[in-house]
Amino acid sequence: MAKHNILIVEDSPTMRQLIKFSLKRISDCNLVEASDGVDGWKKLSTTEFDLVLTDINMPVMDGLKLVSLIRNDDKKGEIPIIIITTEGAEEDKKRGLALGANDYIAKPIQSHTLLEVVKKYLNGG
Amino acid sequence: MEERKPAGGGDLDKGEEFLQIFYKGAEFTKELMRENEKLRYKVLQLEEAASSGSDGPSGGERVAFLENRITLLEKDKERLLKRHEEIEKENQDFADRYVEVQEENNNLANLYIASHQLHSTLDYQEVLRVILEIVINLVGAETFCIMLLDEKQEAMTTVAAEGIESGQIERIPIGSGLIGQVARTGEPFFADNLELHQEVDLQEPIACVPLTINDTVIGLLVIYNLLTQKECFKGIDFELFNLLAGHAATAIYSADLYSRSERKLSTIQGFLNLLSEAPSQHTHR
Repeated sequence: MAKHNILIVEDSPTMRQLIKFSLKRISDCNLVEASDGVDGWKKLSTTEFDLVLTDINMPVMDGLKLVSLIRNDDKKGEIPIIIITTEGAEEDKKRGLALGANDYIAKPIQSHTLLEVVKKYLNGG
Repeated sequence: MEERKPAGGGDLDKGEEFLQIFYKGAEFTKELMRENEKLRYKVLQLEEAASSGSDGPSGGERVAFLENRITLLEKDKERLLKRHEEIEKENQDFADRYVEVQEENNNLANLYIASHQLHSTLDYQEVLRVILEIVINLVGAETFCIMLLDEKQEAMTTVAAEGIESGQIERIPIGSGLIGQVARTGEPFFADNLELHQEVDLQEPIACVPLTINDTVIGLLVIYNLLTQKECFKGIDFELFNLLAGHAATAIYSADLYSRSERKLSTIQGFLNLLSEAPSQHTHR
């Protein structure tokens, strides 16, 4: 069975570790980390991903810019994107979805919620 | 002399053939009628036997037998329904237990990650950043600060904050107000009704957790409000606060000691360098 490649774009090492810890429960799952939007975009250009999980507020390039770049790319345009939002960031969430993100998860992340959403998109939305 | 066939011989053959078919048909019909007679006789016999009750149990017995059978089946059905209910209940218990285990697993993951991150560095600023990350991402706090004890001033001073500028939070003398009291007693404080704390009031936090080493308070984690989707503290939050109370304190203390010793080491190293250079300069003169 083919492995699912998931890109986690998050500047906080704590969050990255938490997300990785939760997603390790999905079998045949290859998790790649990126610490900001630019790093994420670089990794997207070298590897094919089945799903992108991205935080919104990040240094260098934020999650919204990354969502926009992916959606406007001919090859990567169809990759499902899940944005991670902190609250008080309702506008960011709306903008992310408007830019083409498929779904969002609010912090603090619950492991089972994250798993549910990720599995949904790995199985075709 | 040539033998002549009688005129019309072909018609005679056909007639004979027809007669034979007719006879066969008649024979077959007779046979069918005989069979029919036999069957009618058998039906009569069976009807008589059924009405006289000479063969098998009587109607009453059969009714009793069937009623008994129904009772047994009803009992069986009841037993199976009861078992079904029991199994459904067991399933529900297992489902509840599964949710509990999942939650517990989630909590343990959070605690493990928090602990791992806290002790992953000896850089003082990095430790403070990790604490902020834990409180934002794992607890879900929006406005909060970390205060450390200033022993000379006998007060708590803010060293890191989120959602508010550090400078906005005044130095708090030990024993003064709610925060000062927590610093003095080492007893954590959690507000009962978070709905009453919608607005950030720097004197009235919703939680104040002492960071302690060997029962000595070295700092405080002061939370003023939570992310809007987080309505209240949950079990895992208190566990995280417990973890932070001990581990964050030791992580801050170790990082502080390490950075101080690093500074001292570089000072001593500089001094030793000066000493080792001094005689050589002297001899050059």
